[in-house]
Amino acid sequence: MLNPQLNKNGELQHLLTLDGLPRDIITAILDTAAPFTEVAEREVKKLPLLRGKSIFNLFFENSTRTRTTFEIAAKRLSADVVNLNVSTSSTSKGESLLDTVDNLCAMQADMFVVRHAASGAPFLIARHLRANGRNDIHVVNAGDGRHAHPTQGLLDMYTIRHYKQDFTKLTVAIVGDVLHSRVARSQICALTTLGVPEVRVIGPKTLLPTEIEKMGVRVFHDMNEGLRGVDVVMMLRLQNERMNGALLPTPQEFYKVWGLTAEKLANAKSDAIVMHPGPMNRGVEIDSAVADGAQAVILPQVTFGIAVRMAVMSMLAGQ
Amino acid sequence: MPSLDAENLCRQLAEQLRPHITPTTALVGIRTGGLWLAERLHAMLGISEPLGAIDVSFYRDDYGARGLHTKPQRTEIPFSVEGAHVIIVDDVLYTGRTTRAALNELFDFGRPACVELAVLIDRGGRELPVAARYCALTLPEPLPATQNLQLERDEDGSLNLRMIDA
Repeated sequence: MLNPQLNKNGELQHLLTLDGLPRDIITAILDTAAPFTEVAEREVKKLPLLRGKSIFNLFFENSTRTRTTFEIAAKRLSADVVNLNVSTSSTSKGESLLDTVDNLCAMQADMFVVRHAASGAPFLIARHLRANGRNDIHVVNAGDGRHAHPTQGLLDMYTIRHYKQDFTKLTVAIVGDVLHSRVARSQICALTTLGVPEVRVIGPKTLLPTEIEKMGVRVFHDMNEGLRGVDVVMMLRLQNERMNGALLPTPQEFYKVWGLTAEKLANAKSDAIVMHPGPMNRGVEIDSAVADGAQAVILPQVTFGIAVRMAVMSMLAGQ
Repeated sequence: MPSLDAENLCRQLAEQLRPHITPTTALVGIRTGGLWLAERLHAMLGISEPLGAIDVSFYRDDYGARGLHTKPQRTEIPFSVEGAHVIIVDDVLYTGRTTRAALNELFDFGRPACVELAVLIDRGGRELPVAARYCALTLPEPLPATQNLQLERDEDGSLNLRMIDA
């Protein structure tokens, strides 16, 4: 099947998911991101690459960090950024997603950065653009439902490579609410593609998808056991807003069993890094002492995220 | 065609530069060939300001047509550009577009007092009003566009100019 993210030359046309994205493209994005990190240290934090391009941030779901870092990335590339506040836009007046897209195309959009509560919404837009012959317009998935959050997965890979260099020697644990997490899916796809020999998921049975083993991970239902000897601990946010029904007793109970504390972290390698995609629930999935501790690389993740998004946007717009 | 002995040309370029080097002169090499050359010149001329490196990938004027094709590397300017005397170093001067990109990038780091250009070889074919103050060899006839002239570095660190069909 044709990969909907790639053009006929096998280059990245859209970034929709890390599932099925070839290893050399993932590596090329990480390599391209590295020189962008240096721009943040300059007097003039701006590059002329996307001058005259219009990028529309279409966020149908709340987000602060992701939208802001996409906006900063686009602005550092000299693009014109338009943020659509969807709650006050035409959608609330009944306009369909694809009508909104067509209208923005008529305003000479060059790229859409899309977040949507429905899994697959960015795919729908990409397919619509292709059907209309608009191969000059690019779509970046900034998180769709429970499905994927590819730039988060990529910035996590960038962070791991920055601190640990070689993926092929690592044991990585993903901890917490995997069931509701598009971040976890993107992380697992990328870690597997990059050759991480052991990816573990740790969490209560009610918050792990059934048959998650088929994604090539080892499942643990015990924190101490699951964290033993790992190089990287990737915490997930407990997604209360996505939960229907009684998947867990209370946040306090969750913290007691699944919250990352210094004692539990002591099972990991002494130089293990602790990551979190944010926003953090302190005292729920992670203890403040760990979140602010020497092993945490949570704020560097945010900074690297800007460079990774700059790399993705400049690779797409340059096709 | 004159001899293209890169090592010899490099020594000649250093001697051209030597009388103009002051304690505040800084060198910036354009990746990759220009940086190799700049590393040499930096050592031969005993320059005290640390060596800078520019990768012009993000400033090229053909991004819209060609995209980010070569793998971009870091730009590192480890001295203050504000008020500095900067010599940009490149291996081969051709259309002048790389020099234009390097100038634009340099100015995003500050306002230098003056900028000069030093190249190993001028192959002709300029498309922009760019000239090198220091140049070890100017080809008597411009090279045709079908020819590619580039600097290479062997494992032992020696420099060679190689002509290939574009």
